[in-house]
Amino acid sequence: MINISEVLETNRMILEENLDVRTITMGISLLDCADASVKKTCDKIYAKITRLAKDLVKTGDDIGREFGIPVVNKRVSITPAAIVGSACCKKPSDFVRIAKTLDRAAKKLGINFIGGYSAIVSKGMTPADELLIRSIPEAMAATERVCSSVNVGSTKTGIDMDAVRLMGEIVKETAAKTKSSIGCAKLVVLCNAPDDNPFMAGAFHGVSEADAVINVGVSGPGVVNHVLRHTCRGVGFETLCETIKKTAFKITRVGQLVAQEASKRLGVPFGIIDLSLAPTPAIGDSVADILREIGLDHPGAPGTTAALALLNDQVKKGGVMASSYVGGLSGAFIPVSEDQGMIDAVNAGALTIEKLEAMTCVCSVGLDMIAVPGSTSASTISGIIADEAAIGMVNQKTTAVRIIPVAGKKVGDSVEFGGLLGHAPVMKVSKFSCERMIARKGRIPAPIHSFKN
Amino acid sequence: MKKIIITVVGKDAVGILAKTCTYLAKENINILDISQTVTGGFFNMMMIVDAAKYKKTFDKLGAELAKLGTGMGMRIRCQKSEIFEKMHRV
Repeated sequence: MINISEVLETNRMILEENLDVRTITMGISLLDCADASVKKTCDKIYAKITRLAKDLVKTGDDIGREFGIPVVNKRVSITPAAIVGSACCKKPSDFVRIAKTLDRAAKKLGINFIGGYSAIVSKGMTPADELLIRSIPEAMAATERVCSSVNVGSTKTGIDMDAVRLMGEIVKETAAKTKSSIGCAKLVVLCNAPDDNPFMAGAFHGVSEADAVINVGVSGPGVVNHVLRHTCRGVGFETLCETIKKTAFKITRVGQLVAQEASKRLGVPFGIIDLSLAPTPAIGDSVADILREIGLDHPGAPGTTAALALLNDQVKKGGVMASSYVGGLSGAFIPVSEDQGMIDAVNAGALTIEKLEAMTCVCSVGLDMIAVPGSTSASTISGIIADEAAIGMVNQKTTAVRIIPVAGKKVGDSVEFGGLLGHAPVMKVSKFSCERMIARKGRIPAPIHSFKN
Repeated sequence: MKKIIITVVGKDAVGILAKTCTYLAKENINILDISQTVTGGFFNMMMIVDAAKYKKTFDKLGAELAKLGTGMGMRIRCQKSEIFEKMHRV
């Protein structure tokens, strides 16, 4: 029988510590929408998305009300658009038409983001992949809710450095074409991108997936922080780790419940739970605060990488026990603009891009929501992408770069993205060039430990 | 059986339990278990109820209970029990 202390604990997590289900993301395959005509492809895409996901928002809200847990976002991810449009798109503007169709479908459904305006080019680009990539700046400028991602490498294939070079230019162009360079907040470059990630901007519905699935992303950095603050000050690592693990278990169980309910009500199979600690700009909903509670003055202090490694691992250990299927990114997110504690650390001079890069070796994603001066060169951005991709490739993990070279801004300025995307201080980038390396053609071979056959 | 957890939280006062129970009886909702604590003048109550014979929608129940709570200066929430069972049981 449930007891009062358990009930009060759950409700305290929800009401005071920002426990929520961050997203119910419906993955939809658009492979059967491909057609030789751009118009027909767009029509089929619109029809399929709005048919399968028509009750997504209502179902998410119903579940939220009945269980008393906010289901913050309802979203859709689709088959990488480069594949869907490969038969009909002959120029970048053809792909932009697909982007506009996706935006229209998102607005019709009432969802805030749709992900999958993507190309998977870990080993090389098809003509369609390249066209889609070249269309990204225009697509980001012409749409509001479409998220784009490009996977430029993997442990099995190595890194496509031609795509890395191109993405440096595309990120710059996207920044220039969109207000406050916000297009770059919806564009992420990945290595080892998972097929079932429910979180934006990197969500897409991989070709290994079924026709439609429900993936759920849970959150709850505030809950972990609260427990550590009240029970773990001065305790040893054993108790600290055990506490994080137990808390992650509880958080993930809620996600599992919501995912099963959503799957049942929508008649769409349950895919995975992504058990990430995803911060928001709200006070108390911060991964940085957890790192401080573990014992750092600010994220970025010596010991940060170890603290984050510990946190990430315990979140996974607790979460895996709580769900039958775990996938996506699953770990701690360390975006700068979306986490007030990270912003404070940057402003205090504690956190640099180089330290963030080290942190990405042990957390679930990468350099996320980092604003840099608008004058940063395309080759420097490519170099940053290559570094992150190399970390992912060698460590057999997902890494990503979501960097915003904010047009007209310099180090020390601040940029406002609004809502969940938050605001960010413009960070310093190394002034030394990597242009000659980025100018080389071809790809970086797969690492030796990828040969497991 | 439709098991629902009702929580009542707020400053302690006379008649909180009575008013809540009266409403539930009127709506044909059976109380299975009640526990409550009062610490520092702060009232916490949890009820496990069976709403199998309740005729209106879940949303209606939530809204009416919330309104009843507001009238007493309390916060009343109702939630399906699975969220607690899932979170606290392996």
